Amino acid sequence: MKAFGWVDARSVDEAAGEARGGALVKAGGVDLMDRLKEGLDAPARLVNLRSVPGLDRVEEGEGGVAIGPLVTLSALATHPRLRERYPALADAAGHAATPQIRNQATAGGNLLQRPRCWYFRSVEFHCLRKGGELCFAQGGQNPYHAVLDNHICAIVHPSALATALLALGARVALTGPGGVRRELDVAQLFLSPEVDVTREHVLGPGEILTQILVPAPEEGARSAYVKLGERESADWPVAEAAVALTLRSGTCTRASVVLGAAAPTPWRARVAEAMLTGRAVTAESAAAALRAELARATPLAMNGYKVPLLEVAGRRALLAAAGIAG
Amino acid sequence: MAESDRGPQTGRFPIGIPGADLRTEERPLPPGEPPPWPPNAELKVVGKPTRRVDGLAKVTGRALYTSDVKPPGMLWARRLCSPHAHARITAIDSSAAERHSGFRGVELLDRPIGQAHLRDPKQELHSRFPVLRYVGQPIGAVAAVSPAAAEEIRALVRVEYEVLPFTIDLARAQEASAPIVYPGPVDMGGSAGGGGAASGLGMNGNVRGPSRSARGDVAKGLAEAEVVVEGEFRTQVQTHSALETHGVVAHWKRDGLTVWASTQGTASVQDELAATLGLPKANIRVITEYMGGGFGAKFGAGSYGLLAALLSRKTGAPVRLMLDRAEEHQSAGNRPATTQTLRVGAKRDGTLTAIQLRSVGTAGVATGAGVGSFAERMYACPSFSSEQYDVFVHAGPGTAFRAPGFPPGAFGLEQVMDELAERLGMDPLALRERIDTQVESGALARREQRRIGAEKFGWSRRRPPGSERGPVKRGLGVAQAFWPRHVSLESSCEVRLGRDGKVELRSGVQDIGTGTRTVLAQTVGEELGVPAGEVTIRIGDTLFPRGPNSGGSVTTASITPAARNAAAEVKRQLLELAAPKLRATPAELAAEGGFVYVRSSPARRLPLSRAARLMKAGALTAVAKRTPDYAPPPGAAVVKGYGGVQFVEVAVDTDTGLVRVERVVAVHDCGRPMNPLGVESQVNGGILQGLSYALYEERRLDPHTGRMVNPNLESYKILGPREVPRIEVHLIEDYRGRSSTDAGGIGEPAIVPTAAALANAIYNAIGVRMRELPMTPARVLAALATGGRKAAPR
Repeated sequence: MKAFGWVDARSVDEAAGEARGGALVKAGGVDLMDRLKEGLDAPARLVNLRSVPGLDRVEEGEGGVAIGPLVTLSALATHPRLRERYPALADAAGHAATPQIRNQATAGGNLLQRPRCWYFRSVEFHCLRKGGELCFAQGGQNPYHAVLDNHICAIVHPSALATALLALGARVALTGPGGVRRELDVAQLFLSPEVDVTREHVLGPGEILTQILVPAPEEGARSAYVKLGERESADWPVAEAAVALTLRSGTCTRASVVLGAAAPTPWRARVAEAMLTGRAVTAESAAAALRAELARATPLAMNGYKVPLLEVAGRRALLAAAGIAG
Repeated sequence: MAESDRGPQTGRFPIGIPGADLRTEERPLPPGEPPPWPPNAELKVVGKPTRRVDGLAKVTGRALYTSDVKPPGMLWARRLCSPHAHARITAIDSSAAERHSGFRGVELLDRPIGQAHLRDPKQELHSRFPVLRYVGQPIGAVAAVSPAAAEEIRALVRVEYEVLPFTIDLARAQEASAPIVYPGPVDMGGSAGGGGAASGLGMNGNVRGPSRSARGDVAKGLAEAEVVVEGEFRTQVQTHSALETHGVVAHWKRDGLTVWASTQGTASVQDELAATLGLPKANIRVITEYMGGGFGAKFGAGSYGLLAALLSRKTGAPVRLMLDRAEEHQSAGNRPATTQTLRVGAKRDGTLTAIQLRSVGTAGVATGAGVGSFAERMYACPSFSSEQYDVFVHAGPGTAFRAPGFPPGAFGLEQVMDELAERLGMDPLALRERIDTQVESGALARREQRRIGAEKFGWSRRRPPGSERGPVKRGLGVAQAFWPRHVSLESSCEVRLGRDGKVELRSGVQDIGTGTRTVLAQTVGEELGVPAGEVTIRIGDTLFPRGPNSGGSVTTASITPAARNAAAEVKRQLLELAAPKLRATPAELAAEGGFVYVRSSPARRLPLSRAARLMKAGALTAVAKRTPDYAPPPGAAVVKGYGGVQFVEVAVDTDTGLVRVERVVAVHDCGRPMNPLGVESQVNGGILQGLSYALYEERRLDPHTGRMVNPNLESYKILGPREVPRIEVHLIEDYRGRSSTDAGGIGEPAIVPTAAALANAIYNAIGVRMRELPMTPARVLAALATGGRKAAPR
């Protein structure tokens, strides 16, 4: 690890101003510490966001809820109103990592963390995402890699919150130098490898994620999140799904189905959504919708098993949201 | 109990298993040995569940581990390791490193350590530097004033390589065109923990062996068989992953070398450093007050120990060299990968006629990838043959790992037996009743263990495979353990009773984490009549009488008889001292409950502390060395191993392939259980490590580079708290009159059957046999899809 400077920012403006010229922003620091220790990043200084007051609040308003970027995963998981209105979000937060990490890791950090691909994470592999020539996962060890959109770089997006927030139709607010603020749909936050294989999100230099805005659920809307991991303790998902459904007298009028640990970005399952909209959600219709979605999967040598697991995660999330025992 | 100065010529030994066939036998007692202890039920300290005497020190952080040792002026060393799977070093330039202000020294290895060596070194091009044969192979080390400086300086050492082709694949390495790991025949002995392979075997390319073993006529046995079951089983590389990494702090001073080492053998470190450095053993002191786990990988000084000693000699300062987690995974040992084929013939009634075994494994650049003698020794069978091959690949060396060879061996054989039982229409336990008759291999204990386990577990609930509806299917399985009994005669203790009444034991033996301090305190406490907590245990220091290396489950069986015998001698001296004061002969006295008293008149007594003040010198002391196991009288059962039976209940989600272990019932034996609480803890640990091996752990190497892609504890997956099932441990006492304590070992038997029992339970749940470890969702789904006929991609 290289020596670095440290700035305790007092305001978002100050943080945005400092977060340039070889600086990195630090929230919970969980992912950042891993990267510093491995030598993947060697910033000149760290800009500490935790000294900025007011970024760790959950505020409920007319249109929905605004979540500060420093709200911890454990706070999200146990917040009574979030649990009641957005079970997919609370469950995604509550099933991530370990209790110790959830107490430290933040919502913003979870969304903007870098991928866990072991080739990316090892300084010894100069892979495509680090500006190299090769995605080592393609012909290498790839049991946990992407089964969709995996032809350039086979990372899976690491954020469980992103999976849930995309299903819930959330937006994020970004604040840049000079206080310039913009809002985006969560879907627009993330970059596919086709757009830029070296970045996972659109934040520009000095831009800071300052708010997560989750719209109020409409009448009859329910959500659910399912994670399947090889282990329940301290493990990443091999398949996960978040679902938001609106049901009117047994018919699904709106379906938002997102698969995680599936692709380099959270995967909006539009084929499945279309098949379910206007129909009743049943074990059969849910399975058929996911199967149709996953017909597009292009598994690598070692990760074919993830396709049925994603199907199961999606089906179970749909049935849980619809209130049907799976 | 009669006791004389010279000791009786015979003793009344408890023999057998309480609840089954416990009896007392009058047997010869070797000269100088104390009279046999009665069964645990009649003892006061030994055999009682006893909390660790050092528990408080550990949980409060007072216990000093090697990682905690920081003598003044200490330097920090880091190893320089190969980034290539196969390469020759053409030049090393450390001048830039030496200009760093924090630089204090650099040392390079002139030969590889911990891997096989060429029988004829001339078969290799001469070079100052050893050939590099795996990613992570140590080259040398630098010493610096801080950990950060050491990292920086290490990066400044410029090494030039001639990169060579490599192979890391067990199948591919056997092909004629594969890159060759060693240019000629090699040998490698095992460590004090076992492993290694017979020397002098032939080699063809990367394939060494076979090592053969045979009895009877297998061809005839197979011809006579009415049922033949065959199977191929594959197991992965598992790394030891002890919490504390390998390492030492070494301080070379004019009067000798002191080494604090995280080791399971203080003696093994001393021996290796003496041999390598040409120092007399007396000038090398090795200290291991506490250590954070070894599992077989921590014998000897290792490259880190040698490099730290050399750097300390060069700099005059104490030097600390601890591996990091990545080095630990890549270069500090592992359980080798195996592929074994088993063919078993039997008669309709279950009687075995033949067992044929062929195994091909790889321990990377080391030997010892066999599956052990489990199949050879476990069951009664007139014919047996085995061929075991080592295949070299460019990967980190295997080494002894908790019951070397046996967990993979059991994973194969115990599944074949499960399948045989099904083919014969027999219950798996009924088949064992018929064929498990090898008394030498622990059959007497297992018979009782099957009975107890079946009842506690509710074995009668077991249904045929596929009986459950719904995607989640439950199943019950069983498998058996055997582990040969080993004893180290290099086991000595000194026991002292001070004039202040304080009792102390001193030995070089280290506590690998199993609770050795506690059983020693119990042993001495029992003999001198004081509670375990009042005995001071000073161990893990080669200034004390030499202790055994902790491998092969030898420690308790080896050191407690020496401790008891030393304590018995101190007691003899004490009773002699107290006799005049109590107006009795020494033979009329006993020591118990903190008093010396007259047996026939217990009111005539002296507190131990008062009796101790009668001594003229500062202490009564005695040193005792382990004597050989007592020879069993003619006709007595000869038991040369431990048994164990484990039952597993599992739920398999056939939608996802996820396996959830719900319950394990384990019944084990270890001679006289000295501390049942400690034994239970060992069995718990064996089961957890066994389940972790069965379901999660796997070293994964990148095919492009030979580098491990998961050298951490995030993606090298070890079972966590949520994966821990309900575990019930039942112990039987198995008295065989083998020593003055009749203690045995338990660390290794406890891991032998776990993966096999789980695989049998999965079969019972889903009707498909799992032939490859780890049994991940990918493999379970693939097995379900193909009916278990084909292996999933690795």
